[in-house]
Amino acid sequence: MTIIDKTADVPAPRGSTENSGPLLDVRDLHVEFKTRDGVVKAVNGVNYSVSAGETLAVLGESGSGKSVTAQAIMGILDMPPGRIPQGEILFRGEDMLTMGYEERRKIRGQKIAMIFQDALSSLNPVLTVGYQLAEMFRVHQGLSKKDAKAKAIDLMDRVRIPAAKERVNDYPHQFSGGMRQRIMIAMALALEPDLIIADEPTTALDVTVQAQVMDLLAELQREYNMGLILITHDLGVVADVADKIAVMYAGRIVETAPVHELYKRPAHPYTRGLLDSIPRLDQKGQELYAIKGLPPNLLKIPTGCAFNPRCPKAQDICRTDVPPLLSVTERDGGELPGRHSACHFWKEQIHG
Amino acid sequence: MGRYVARRLLQMIPVFIGSTLLVFLMMYALPGDPVRALAGEQAVDQAQIAQVKKDLGLDLPIWQQYWNYLAGLFQGDFGTQIATQRPVADVIADAFPITVRLTLFAFAFTVIAGISMGVFAGLKADTFRDRGLLVLTLLLISVPSFVLAFLAQYFFAHELGWVEPVVSAAADSQELILPAVVLGSLSLAYVARLTRTSVAENLRSDYMRTAVAKGLPKRRIIGVHLMRNSMIPVVTFLGTDIGTLMGGAVVTEGIFNVQGVGYNVFQALKSREGSTVVGIVTLIVVVYLVSSLIVDLLYAVLDPRIRYA
Ligand SMILES: Nc1ncnc2c1ncn2[C@@H]1O[C@H](COP(=O)(O)OP(=O)(O)O)[C@@H](O)[C@H]1O
Ligand code: SF4
Ligand SMILES: [Mg+2]
Repeated sequence: MTIIDKTADVPAPRGSTENSGPLLDVRDLHVEFKTRDGVVKAVNGVNYSVSAGETLAVLGESGSGKSVTAQAIMGILDMPPGRIPQGEILFRGEDMLTMGYEERRKIRGQKIAMIFQDALSSLNPVLTVGYQLAEMFRVHQGLSKKDAKAKAIDLMDRVRIPAAKERVNDYPHQFSGGMRQRIMIAMALALEPDLIIADEPTTALDVTVQAQVMDLLAELQREYNMGLILITHDLGVVADVADKIAVMYAGRIVETAPVHELYKRPAHPYTRGLLDSIPRLDQKGQELYAIKGLPPNLLKIPTGCAFNPRCPKAQDICRTDVPPLLSVTERDGGELPGRHSACHFWKEQIHG
Repeated sequence: MGRYVARRLLQMIPVFIGSTLLVFLMMYALPGDPVRALAGEQAVDQAQIAQVKKDLGLDLPIWQQYWNYLAGLFQGDFGTQIATQRPVADVIADAFPITVRLTLFAFAFTVIAGISMGVFAGLKADTFRDRGLLVLTLLLISVPSFVLAFLAQYFFAHELGWVEPVVSAAADSQELILPAVVLGSLSLAYVARLTRTSVAENLRSDYMRTAVAKGLPKRRIIGVHLMRNSMIPVVTFLGTDIGTLMGGAVVTEGIFNVQGVGYNVFQALKSREGSTVVGIVTLIVVVYLVSSLIVDLLYAVLDPRIRYA
């Protein structure tokens, strides 16, 4: 079997000026799944963008379509049953959804890489970690087995796995959870991609190692000036790492904002609810706030604003009209760059 | 690993003794005896028969006969056929290579065709070709193998005239192809189904998604990542299958007149030649045990999560 991929050996133009737009631009993305019970509308018009060196945190309860959006970007959706009826995913200005399989494959791993939540199941159980790391260099750069193995050891060192040389021939199950996630990070980092998508990279880990892994990821992202999409349902994680936040609900972005502004002044009742449900030191002992009700059934999303059955501020208009994602401004109309909200009553929420 | 193998080899001793004893008892329980069978329809003097039996040690109690047999076996003596006066070891030495060839052909057919069909269907589970495989394998599993053998014989030998209906005493490899295909067809169905299920299941696993996300070419994703994992249960099955195929060879050899161990067991059963039957069956049991040991070791190579101690 030949595994050398001769055509793909072009280094990514990092920080080049030829393309001043964002690295990745997702426009009006829709994804649905045909199931026995009907069509699950998992993503219903997502818009977000990431530039080089920027970290976008995507936030939302479980089931809000964060992972499905990421899978659509990576081109790893289960199709069928999945389908992308509408939308564009522009990478450096080119729509990946209209590309051929080979063209798309060369972006995967080399330009955009992904880190998955569960490293144990995401690594191949019957291949050594060294093999799985070296594979990136063998396939994409045509390196020999030996050279690729040496690079794999370098990578393991770089993500600070102790005794990399001795452990390169170990299998995934022989590592601890934190070390396995480091291997996933190393694998994503291997070809120094322009963009990394990390889908809940620390959720499956012990609390004590969560911070270490997150710090490592943030540090490497700065070092390589990569774009990073950090998917999480944990608002506590993102404050230190992210530049901007996109909040998802029922397959839509309901609010976007630079990270600190979102904490200070949320412009959407759902974001408010998420913030209020973070445990805080100064409220120790008090009962934790929780958004009432359950996430919507994606087979039958409520009409109007999808959040209306759970929203404390809902009015009649919320049950009939879908609120568009509009720019949020100061009380006097002054611009708030990067801020958008999909709530009919965003003014009341942010300024009220 | 070494200790594991040693333990497994030691475990074979009681199985070996048990299976020889069992077959020995079964032969003893059958009505008729070899000396009488030798005489056929002729009327013979009872005293004469008794004398021959006494000479052969067949008048001893069963446990003593068994003991004598085992004692002989440990000296490399498989006994002698009563009717032909040939040493059983010679009979086995003639017949065994033929059966081994037949079994290996059947095994190769099972592996190559079964795995290809399973992968072909499993990659597109629940499509037309997958359903087609399901029906075909169901047919192969539900039709008794002797019916299949007669059908194949009738169709390929009598109708099309591609092959001779029976295999000559020399049993050329070419002649063994049709019997091997018939012999392997049941296992083929199981292997194809097992492969299909395993492939379809692994296709949905997270590490396959990772392999795609790494930008690997399709043939590498399937050839390395999918197959390495999907073959684990199939290899386990194939190990036990060698023994099953050898057992199944008894019927197939009878129909196609292949003069291997099956044919000889059949003849020996008819003439109540106990030592021949016990010798051959024991040999098949040993092959079964050894092949399953080899597969268990192979299993550990394929799946690093398995460790034998
Ligand atoms: N392969 C699939 N088949 C059917 N439904 C799916 C599939 N993958 C995801 N979904 C549905 O899409 C919805 C969004 O899932 P996901 O993006 O994983 O949420 P999260 O925001 O927690 O990452 C879920 O409700 C799930 O039921
Ligand atoms: S649009 Fe209405 S229901 Fe939706 S978040 Fe705003 S106030 Fe609540
Ligand atoms: Mg998810």
